[in-house]
Amino acid sequence: MIKKRYILNFPPESGDKAFTYHLVKDYDIRINILKAEVFPGKRGSLLLELQGKRNNIENGVKYIQSHKITCEPLDKRIHFKEENCIDCGNCTAVCFAGALTMNRESWKLEFDKNKCVVCELCIPACPLNLFEIDFR
Amino acid sequence: MSKIKTYAEINQKLKSGKAVVLTAEEVSKLAQTASPEEIVERVDVVTTATFGAMCSSGAIINFGHASPPIRMEKIRLNGVPCYEGLAAVDSYIGAAACNPDNPEYGGAHVIQDLLEGKDVLLEAWGKGTDCYPRKYIKTKINIETINEFTLFNPRNAYQNYNVAVNTTKKMIHTYMGTLLPNLRNATYSTSGELSPLLNDPDLRTIGIGTRIFLGGAQGFVVWNGTQFHTTKPKNEFGVPVTNAATISVIGNLKEMSSGYIQGAYYEKYGVSMFVGIGVPIPVLDADIARRVSINNSQIETSVLDYGTVGQPKLGQVSYEELQSGFIKIKGKKVRTAPVASLSKAREIAGELKEWLQNGKFEITQPVQHFPQNTSLNSLKETEADND
Repeated sequence: MIKKRYILNFPPESGDKAFTYHLVKDYDIRINILKAEVFPGKRGSLLLELQGKRNNIENGVKYIQSHKITCEPLDKRIHFKEENCIDCGNCTAVCFAGALTMNRESWKLEFDKNKCVVCELCIPACPLNLFEIDFR
Repeated sequence: MSKIKTYAEINQKLKSGKAVVLTAEEVSKLAQTASPEEIVERVDVVTTATFGAMCSSGAIINFGHASPPIRMEKIRLNGVPCYEGLAAVDSYIGAAACNPDNPEYGGAHVIQDLLEGKDVLLEAWGKGTDCYPRKYIKTKINIETINEFTLFNPRNAYQNYNVAVNTTKKMIHTYMGTLLPNLRNATYSTSGELSPLLNDPDLRTIGIGTRIFLGGAQGFVVWNGTQFHTTKPKNEFGVPVTNAATISVIGNLKEMSSGYIQGAYYEKYGVSMFVGIGVPIPVLDADIARRVSINNSQIETSVLDYGTVGQPKLGQVSYEELQSGFIKIKGKKVRTAPVASLSKAREIAGELKEWLQNGKFEITQPVQHFPQNTSLNSLKETEADND
């Protein structure tokens, strides 16, 4: 069993299909919808946490992708210029999901991207503007 | 009677490589098993440091004279307004200055760009005079082309600072970071037991002329900082429980490093600048030994509600609690986050320690101590004069 977060982007023509139903029914994947933006006839974006057997998830992702929907692991969509980080801690103040935390020994920033819920609060909270999240 | 050391004795030991130098964190640990009297015997200098956003910072720049010359009466660097009320080609760029059309790039970023060796666009206007006939100039400058490039910060290194929370239902954006509604986070800014002015709360060794680490180079304390307040309430360990004393510092930016000076922008607030400061404290006697031994459980600060006008105090917590990740306010467990870098402060304290151990850095006795018993005026509004 693995658990991984993915960002899905739907083109206008794929917005009306019940993909999540098929992921559950055909691939035995447990789905947690963490964020959704749906604009019927225009586009849609989803943040999903998929839990299941590794090959089921791989096949489920392929199934989604075969319908012109992009489906990429969340960590590939988060861009953080770590080398410029000064470990001030401002981003940890807003990260209620617990993805951004300070190591209490070294006081360096730790970023567990798989805990991110794409609330995007870290983007303006960083005084050095080091975060970018490609959700839409 | 316990030992008393002089500045000259300590400098002699530093020069011969025999001095014992510890960081303020190391001496706080040592103090768990050693008395102040023993610490005076064993330790000569303690290094303290901070790396936080300090808005009251800026740089003095002399651009050099062009031919024909201009009396610069309006000046922009990469579009950021600089002070024009000095001599023809002297200016001061404030860290927080910005062009309202581009509020995310300000004086601090210009200073950082120059520090990193980048070209910066200078535009200046003058009315044209007999001795300065030119009316306009547009050219590129960099750290090599300008004459003086001096960091001069009117207020840095606050002795303690408040914890910021927000009890309202709306998220607010402050210089203490983004404060979530309904007490969902608390932010704090000093480096606690490593913080310079908390290790010498009565300012016995820090005064006018004190040589310090500033932005990666040697700099000096030149005056008390603005809003210098020495009569704030103190706790049983003699440490003020809110923001109190400050220092004004100066140093040569041409010798500094961008690793210790960093432009910053706070959403819906504005531009500020992270400044790295390290202050050595000579362990002259048992009283100073006791002061530098202070630890995070003994340093307390006030929790203020930044969401409510007047910023009412909601409680008092220690840095030990703040650094644990949670504090209790109004019976509620609130997550804490720093907004100043303790890891950078440690780096600075470590580097200053090395400078001292290698005989590269001499400690200085203040030429003059700061004033005592100071407090602050607030700005009173007089009746508007409508003529």
